[in-house]
Amino acid sequence: MSPTDALLGIADDELVLGWRESEWTGIAPLLEEDVAFSSIAQNEIGHARALYQLLSEDADALAFDRPPGEYRCAPLVELRLLDWAHTIARRWLYETADEIRLGALKDDPDPEVAGLAAKIDREEAYHRMHAEMWHERLRDEPRFREAVEELWPYAVGLLPEQLRAELAARTGLDLPGDTVLRGKERGSHTDELAELWGEMTMVRRSAPAGAQW
Amino acid sequence: MSEHVWEVFRQERRGQPFEHAGSVVAPDADFAEAWAREQYGRRGESVALWLVPRDAIRDVEDWADEFDLKYRRVDGYSIKARLKEARELAAESAARSRGAFSAGESQ
Repeated sequence: MSPTDALLGIADDELVLGWRESEWTGIAPLLEEDVAFSSIAQNEIGHARALYQLLSEDADALAFDRPPGEYRCAPLVELRLLDWAHTIARRWLYETADEIRLGALKDDPDPEVAGLAAKIDREEAYHRMHAEMWHERLRDEPRFREAVEELWPYAVGLLPEQLRAELAARTGLDLPGDTVLRGKERGSHTDELAELWGEMTMVRRSAPAGAQW
Repeated sequence: MSEHVWEVFRQERRGQPFEHAGSVVAPDADFAEAWAREQYGRRGESVALWLVPRDAIRDVEDWADEFDLKYRRVDGYSIKARLKEARELAAESAARSRGAFSAGESQ
């Protein structure tokens, strides 16, 4: 995978996860959490935009004009999760994995990439605080543990192989075998992505080319 | 989750007083902080926040005001009205003494 592919993967993860999580806006289980969760979703989309701008002159085109099959996001962020236990389990797993890959990216030889990674990481620190706080509270709830177990292989599939051991160490979970990982790693897509893409790009596709917003 | 109300005070700039911004309902201090950050700090509108459990606040709202003690209040002194009165008095007495003087002179 080229460095550009790796960055595009992160950008697509952040865009699609931000989109998925914004689906909770207005219907999160607690009013305060509704505000916080929506804000985090917005931040993730902001990170995606900053990464797209690094990769292209036209961030919107890169974000919205590719067919779903060309997106580099991992299946974890595509899943449409309809309950809070799974949603928080994904949030926690995602942030734990994201910290590891941002840590690696902060050492990138390209100063622009390293700088942006550091900038994103400073904001992610608050996302981690939020995720950890929920994890602390729900970790012993059977529903939450089941959700973590179910999503764990997808979380592993978010990271390249060389970073996976670190993720296992941080979460205290065992790395799954290849058969379990099948269809859950970056490079595969779920059926849910096409549906999300349809909704996400609907306005842009309906407008004539070159429309000014 | 057992929930508590946390009153949020925010400081707009360093050195300025903290002002009441609103409240969050949260089960503990960590949740209160995370939620208050998002609601009262994410647009750069605060440089610092204070989170105070509402239970820690002592309400004082009953006052004994049986006697007319308005002289203890700043608004007990209406300087404007008194100045106006004093000016009128001074003008009056000046006019009177001028009148008395010219009356004497003409005698």
